[in-house]
Amino acid sequence: MKTGAASGLGERVVAPFGRRLCEVTRNVPSGGYRIFSALDPAGPEPSAGQFYMLAADSGWGGDQGRPYLARAFSVADAEPESGGVRLDFLVQAVGPGTSRLAALEPGEGLWIHGPLGRPFAAPGEVADGAAGAILVGGGIGVAPLALWRRRLQRAGIPARVLLGFRDQANSGGLDLFDCSEIRLASEDGHTGHRGYVTDLLGVLMEGDDAGSGAVYACGPPAMLEAVRVMCADRGVACELALEAPMACGFGACFGCAIPIAGGDGYMRLCVDGPVVRGDEIETALVPGSGH
Amino acid sequence: MVEFCNIELRHPVINGSGTFDAIAARRAFGDALLDEFPFSAFVSKTITPEPRAGNPPPRLWETPSGLINSIGLPNKGLDGFLEHDLPQLSELPVPLIVSVMGTSHEEFSRLVDGVGGRDEVAALELNVSCPNVKSGLIVGESPEEANSLLRAIKPLTDKPLIVKLTPNIADPVPVAVAAAEGGADAVSLINTLRAVAFDPEKGDRWLGGGTGGLSGPAVRAVALAQVHAVAEAVSVPIVAMGGVTTGRDAAEMLRAGARLVAVGTESFRDPAAGSRIAAELGGELSAISG
Repeated sequence: MKTGAASGLGERVVAPFGRRLCEVTRNVPSGGYRIFSALDPAGPEPSAGQFYMLAADSGWGGDQGRPYLARAFSVADAEPESGGVRLDFLVQAVGPGTSRLAALEPGEGLWIHGPLGRPFAAPGEVADGAAGAILVGGGIGVAPLALWRRRLQRAGIPARVLLGFRDQANSGGLDLFDCSEIRLASEDGHTGHRGYVTDLLGVLMEGDDAGSGAVYACGPPAMLEAVRVMCADRGVACELALEAPMACGFGACFGCAIPIAGGDGYMRLCVDGPVVRGDEIETALVPGSGH
Repeated sequence: MVEFCNIELRHPVINGSGTFDAIAARRAFGDALLDEFPFSAFVSKTITPEPRAGNPPPRLWETPSGLINSIGLPNKGLDGFLEHDLPQLSELPVPLIVSVMGTSHEEFSRLVDGVGGRDEVAALELNVSCPNVKSGLIVGESPEEANSLLRAIKPLTDKPLIVKLTPNIADPVPVAVAAAEGGADAVSLINTLRAVAFDPEKGDRWLGGGTGGLSGPAVRAVALAQVHAVAEAVSVPIVAMGGVTTGRDAAEMLRAGARLVAVGTESFRDPAAGSRIAAELGGELSAISG
């Protein structure tokens, strides 16, 4: 178990026990979203697809007694710096928790525990003979794919990146990628292909080399379900980063249960996911996600 | 050190059943969990005779200073627990309390037989928040049912029996008294308060299970009142829980008459909350006695 060194590709990194206070070092706009950074003084470098539970040190509780619980966030980038590991998170203010996190200012305290959960696995482990990766992101869900793309690049594994957004206000995070390599889609046509990111995936999959890659996706449930079905229909292996209402992040509350394939009960997304293979689940339409 | 039913504990802070999965936590945190274990005893998730998948999602809803859950007691069943979970839980550095729930005296007997005979188990907690299939009455809501259950299963084991009381009745005292008279060695309270959340978009109930249970600081004052009332009425030791977040909260539970304090929802916010609360509690108690 590693607690300080950079992890191997796709390795599940174990978290220090308990939560720890980090200093927020940056909070900048990124399209309609924000990217905020915290310096983790005591944690290991996470793997892509892992997540942290986040809560502001002050003002967590708000006027209405919410937010109360910590919020689960996939890590969008992570780099060792002097004094710890810099963790980047992508946030869109939609509720009391995300609104408070989006308003964090440099110098404020941020409680974290993590890294948690099962990360993306290397293409060769997802599918026999897979040499490359196709990354499909939608909306705020582009975050874990940014770190995954960097890690794949570091390992010399080619990755194609397809990102989709609803409209200008609901888009961002492109700063986390190298823009020259990305194909974009937007439902309102403000950038890239007018339509869904899964349209781009469909075109790509019609090419003759799609079978040599593994698909990795994160985004809204309807997008993930479309990706899951497209991959299943074409026999392409995929991993999906899901979300579900989650109170603890480490298997204690049993809240983030989603049905496993075959109708044989549930898995906990926090410890058995959040990254799952497409064939492990019944559907990506997870009840309650987004709240 | 604190003594509870002839078990010596390092400090008075344990976990509430179903609020900490030590096996999953070890996957997340590795052996640091064992080195820094936050509780002085570990209470398992509730075991039922047969495996249960639990309730359909969504299972959670955040409230002001609280959380509604509708989990539905997912567990591997008695045989699965004994084979897969007990060996791992016995590696924890603290005494193990196993929570069990049946729907009849026969089911409870089978559970108490199966778990109570194991050396790894220090005590049992009886989850009595479900109906007796024969009478239709919820055991924890009926003094007669609670008394008769304890009389039936007390002779089956030498291990201490803790009865987990429900707060969802007008007065928990008669059930507590009846359980103690039936042979309960301790009582624990409160369980979650029955609660419902509405889906803001659909205008219907949010949780997959329909109703759920409220926990967190939102219920602490209710818990304190019930602990105080039960402590006035019974002489068996009390495990108090309900929204305990700080050492001061824990100290108030002890002053209300509890022997131990259990932490639940706060562990979701900080996995090591039990250690922090125990340390703060030590400070609170020495400040009073000093």
